[in-house]
Amino acid sequence: MAEAPRFRYIGRRRRAVEHRRFVTGQGRFAADIALPGLLHVAIVASPHASARIARLDASAALALPGVHAVLTGEELQPEIEPMLPGVDAPEVRRFPLARGVVRYAGEWVAAVVAESRALAEDAAELVEVDYAPTPHVVDPEAALAPGAPLVHPAHGSNAIFRREFLWGPVEEDLAASPHRLSYRVRWSRSATVPIETFVCTASWNDATGLLDVWASIQMPKFPDLLARCLRLPGNAVRVHFDVDVGGSYGVKRGLKHAILVGHLARRLGRPVRFLEDRLENMRGGDMQGPDRIFDVTLGFDGQGVIRAMRMRALDDVGAYAGRSPFQLGKPVGAIVGPYTIGSVAYEAISVLTNKTPQEAVRGFGQAPTNYAIETGLDRVARALGLDRIEVRRRNLIPPERFPYLIPSGTLYDSGDYARVLDKALAAAPFEALLRQREALRAEGKLAGIGISTCLEPSGGNSSFEPLFNPKNTTTTWMDSCLLRVDLNGAVTAVMATSSSGQAHETLVSTVVGEVLQRDPDSIRVIHADSLSALPSNSPVGSRMAIMLGGAAAGAAKRIRDRLLRIAAHNLDLPEEALEWRDGAAVPRAAPERALSWARLVEIAHREFHNLPPGMEPGLQEAFVWEVPGGGGLPTPDGRIQMYPCHSFEAHVVLASVDPETGKVALHRYVVGHDCGVMISPDVVHGMTYGGVAHGLGAALMEKFAYSPDGQLLSGSFMDYLLPSAQEVPPILIVDHCTPSPLTEFGQKGSGEAGYLGGPAAIASAVNDALAPLGAALDALPMTPAAIWRALRAARAAQSAPVPARETA
Amino acid sequence: MKAAPFAYVRAESLDHALDLLAEHGGEAKPIAGGQSLVPMMAMRLARPALLVDINRLGALKGVAIGPRRVVIGAATRQRDAEQDAALHRAVPLLRAALAWVGHVQTRNRGTLGGSLAHADPSAELPLAAAVLDATLVLASRAGGERRLPAAGFFLAPMTTAVGEEECLTAIEWPVWEGPGVACAFEEVAIRHGDFAMASAACQIQRDAEGLCRRAALGLGGVAGTPLAFPDLAARLEGRRITEALAREVAEEAAARAEPGSDTHADAEYRRHLAAVLLRRALLRAGAAPARAAA
Amino acid sequence: MPAPPPPVLVEITVNGAPRRAMVEPRTTLLDMLREHLGLTGTHAGCEHGICGACSVLLEGEPVRACCIFAVQAEGMSVTTVEGLAPARGALSRLQDAFCEAHALQCGYCTPGMLIACHDLLARNPRPSEEEIREAIGGNLCRCTGYQQIVDAVKLASGQEAAHG
Ligand SMILES: Cc1cc2nc3c(=O)[nH]c(=O)nc-3n(C[C@@H](O)[C@H](O)[C@H](O)COP(=O)(O)OP(=O)(O)OC[C@H]3O[C@@H](n4cnc5c(N)ncnc54)[C@H](O)[C@@H]3O)c2cc1C
Ligand code: FES
Ligand code: FES
Repeated sequence: MAEAPRFRYIGRRRRAVEHRRFVTGQGRFAADIALPGLLHVAIVASPHASARIARLDASAALALPGVHAVLTGEELQPEIEPMLPGVDAPEVRRFPLARGVVRYAGEWVAAVVAESRALAEDAAELVEVDYAPTPHVVDPEAALAPGAPLVHPAHGSNAIFRREFLWGPVEEDLAASPHRLSYRVRWSRSATVPIETFVCTASWNDATGLLDVWASIQMPKFPDLLARCLRLPGNAVRVHFDVDVGGSYGVKRGLKHAILVGHLARRLGRPVRFLEDRLENMRGGDMQGPDRIFDVTLGFDGQGVIRAMRMRALDDVGAYAGRSPFQLGKPVGAIVGPYTIGSVAYEAISVLTNKTPQEAVRGFGQAPTNYAIETGLDRVARALGLDRIEVRRRNLIPPERFPYLIPSGTLYDSGDYARVLDKALAAAPFEALLRQREALRAEGKLAGIGISTCLEPSGGNSSFEPLFNPKNTTTTWMDSCLLRVDLNGAVTAVMATSSSGQAHETLVSTVVGEVLQRDPDSIRVIHADSLSALPSNSPVGSRMAIMLGGAAAGAAKRIRDRLLRIAAHNLDLPEEALEWRDGAAVPRAAPERALSWARLVEIAHREFHNLPPGMEPGLQEAFVWEVPGGGGLPTPDGRIQMYPCHSFEAHVVLASVDPETGKVALHRYVVGHDCGVMISPDVVHGMTYGGVAHGLGAALMEKFAYSPDGQLLSGSFMDYLLPSAQEVPPILIVDHCTPSPLTEFGQKGSGEAGYLGGPAAIASAVNDALAPLGAALDALPMTPAAIWRALRAARAAQSAPVPARETA
Repeated sequence: MKAAPFAYVRAESLDHALDLLAEHGGEAKPIAGGQSLVPMMAMRLARPALLVDINRLGALKGVAIGPRRVVIGAATRQRDAEQDAALHRAVPLLRAALAWVGHVQTRNRGTLGGSLAHADPSAELPLAAAVLDATLVLASRAGGERRLPAAGFFLAPMTTAVGEEECLTAIEWPVWEGPGVACAFEEVAIRHGDFAMASAACQIQRDAEGLCRRAALGLGGVAGTPLAFPDLAARLEGRRITEALAREVAEEAAARAEPGSDTHADAEYRRHLAAVLLRRALLRAGAAPARAAA
Repeated sequence: MPAPPPPVLVEITVNGAPRRAMVEPRTTLLDMLREHLGLTGTHAGCEHGICGACSVLLEGEPVRACCIFAVQAEGMSVTTVEGLAPARGALSRLQDAFCEAHALQCGYCTPGMLIACHDLLARNPRPSEEEIREAIGGNLCRCTGYQQIVDAVKLASGQEAAHG
């Protein structure tokens, strides 16, 4: 392992600067924004999965004192532009309020505005809507069958996106492989479900023609899209990014919420707030996650080395789509996981159904794909009677082969995968897990060890946009930072996006402090608004340590270079004779002549006569940074450099299953993690713990379940189960550092850590526990009832004739 | 998620509460801990026009332990009952059940009477009441006081014999005298503190030889009401609770259940759980160190 | 729909100071604190009793502020996250430990977590890992996976917590 370079502030323990306001109750979340005259919105939602709206009568609602408006899709749609999907499907248009037809149960039909939220709910009950139900489809495979009801008839099909990629001679490689196996796995619809719902407050000023927006968002290009949909110039919409966002992990997109609220604020001339309640959030908040069926075929040799893979991924995106089909696109950049698989065929199909729309979820589609790949590794081992860890070792990309080009065109920057796996196994320690597994089995429990070794692509760009939509030629995906040093020498960094728990203020101040060699705690970081900020693409795709960190470092270096030039000019020395040390410009040969920070700032701000000729007065610098290695369009066969950096995680889990009730308990959880140089170790660890817990939810308990008639059955916190502290076990993280050659400090992203390998590992542990009984599960979540059914089926099969073997 | 409008009156006395309930008939509802009622009102699944707050009625609170029975005021907080060591000795199964009810925060507000009156078929306290055949004391303006055995109290999911004008005032729990009393409460929920997919409870009394002298047992979450099985309990008397006996009784009880299905558990699984949990409960209680004497 | 009954005056003590507001009977204690008294530290996550984000101390005991109507709290004392610090600008030992152990990320569940943990430490000055997990079992956090919250409570109770 390359030793991480020594830093002064980077990688050191430091209290996150954000924490103090949160522990004292002084955070400022979107729901905390109180404006005089504020009005409140409640939603009238469709009770049907698919229906024509035959009649809508709001007169009784409007008659209620304190009600200001009831807005319908009929009125709203002509006033605004539709939200379009990222893929080329212009007929799949989404508006905040339905007009004429509804396409899922929970779809917004009307918005009621009143003096209080309670009153708005009273009025919403009085809005009379007659629906004529129409045929619907909730199963994604049924939706593709000929004759299925079309969710968007104008689109002509329920497949909103479909493409087959072929990277290498897959059929030949499969045919030449001594062994083949095929399997199907199912990742059920779950989501990140932050504890804060989506909130948007907007206020319109007639005199200035400016719409101010406070929203709990995490969305690339949100201000621009909002302005376009409202038919306003971009400079008439000011999105305030200084709002604390109560968790997102991908889903806080809320464009339709903001369009609705922005329109209402403008129309009514009063500030308007829409604070989704939990029921609205779960059903109509358009925030459910990937919902996939994978069909995979692997070709491998007798040693378990996988040569080729064919994967078909069918993803149910629900009734409308924004960026959701792209969640099948990002995994293209890590389609072989950490393995040396030589050729791949990948068919990606996004299907429309009459369900709540899908939104971006932590990992942007990678966690389900990792689960599908890891299931294959376990199956190969089982088919050959080999050890699962050994099979992984034989397939992992060895450290000497980096940078490593995968068949789909992405170059992995760096890694030492086997080493990280070894560290995790040693920390467990694996021998003890084996003994504990035996002990649990001796107690009459089913017990299993789960393993996963997964990639975490990071530094998000949007290469999947041109890959999945030839009309889209976006290759730019920058982030930026503005640094100002005031007359008194205090440093302020301006970032251009809101944060939802990633401690960006800590990140930026640490990085700027490192470069300028100033105490990070003296550096203030503020979140600008969309009109005063530089461009950002928001904290998606595990990109901020890389992109915001890189931009902050870039701006700080510009400040430092400027100060060095001022010093050189004033000391009459060439710049090369100076070095930056402890926040001052120091002549290497004559340190006593150093110019201090204060002195340099004074010159920059007050002594034009001492500035080098041509230098701007004052002291501020901006830096806009493009994703390293990004900027390319795909080849015709769909090869592309997806994300630049590749973190890696190895999970080792010991689980037991109660053989009679099917209930799972996790006894030991270890994650080996390598995300390069950690700028803030506590923050990285925190996100990893949280990712594991979220992964536990997806693996064992979380699911947006639908009835055959399209009703959401898990629309509240009583039936959509987020794991509590009593389900999540203590977790041990073992760090490893393989610096990225592409980034400023060697950092990689880590915002999706834990979640990308957690579900795969937990599923692996459950299946290892069930294996002695010949039972297996191929769908998440592995609930007690599902496990019990699998056990029962295995017992029944044992009395039946020999089961079919899965290996060829 | 805001409740529909309602009027609110804080009852000054039990009579005051009963007057209000009589006056407003089905339009009024008592509010105790609010841990079930307030969420239901927030979702507008319940919409009383008048809330009669019985939280400050001292007459409805407290635990009185007598030799034969324990009388607990309906508005006694679950947390207070949980922390009452004397109650634990007198009615061990009640305490075992309380440990499974929600979380510290919900038990700080939630009351015994509220849980029984709410009558969720998966709730623990109704199961404990059914198993021990507790007596529920109801009062109304017109009818005065009446006493119902648990067997006649739970009618259907979220439905009890409490009349619109009635208030549950107290619950009387039988004290099993003498030594050798033990109990067990078993349940499975996907997440801690949630309502169970199925539950089983039993209380038994053993003699010096370890033979079962007295038993009570039942199942929760597998029918519209909690189920008690006095006839099956009687079968244990005079016998040692062996694996085979526990299994036989548990399977017979489960066979009589009428479980429903939801997203987390279908009927078949619930019935299976019922048999497993009751068998385990019987074996655990049969082997547990027993209380010396109440 | 019947006309809503008129607002009523509710007087409570919040963080040691008397506070009053005219609220509808249907206003929860949570909404009174947030919307009428401007104490936005207490958060709403579900408004149906599950997530614990709305936790406050009522007469010294932790309860869910979304599951009690403000009128019911008349005359009672309430402590919110804003009232946990010993003085303005200072932090309680627990708050300090939350910062030190990185027991929060987005901060949304944090007020409720602090209330639950504050109560635990008041009852049990040296809780075990299991006791800590039980005490916060009714408070959902989506960011932290709970590990660093457990660490923080150990730290605040003078028990060594490994920095993960
Ligand atoms: C997160 C959470 C988890 C929970 N988990 C569980 C659990 O695992 N198991 C469980 O059993 N419960 C659980 N509950 C519900 C439990 O906490 C409630 O306390 C209980 O169901 C109702 O009691 P209450 O005093 O709060 O009654 P309330 O909510 O005030 O009232 C419930 C009903 O009973 C009526 N009522 C109340 N008192 C009387 C009376 N004296 N006379 C007549 N009618 C009356 C009310 O009118 C109302 O219809 C949970 C609740 C929450 C919020
Ligand atoms: S908001 Fe009160 S428990 Fe969730
Ligand atoms: S810190 Fe974000 S939900 Fe707990």
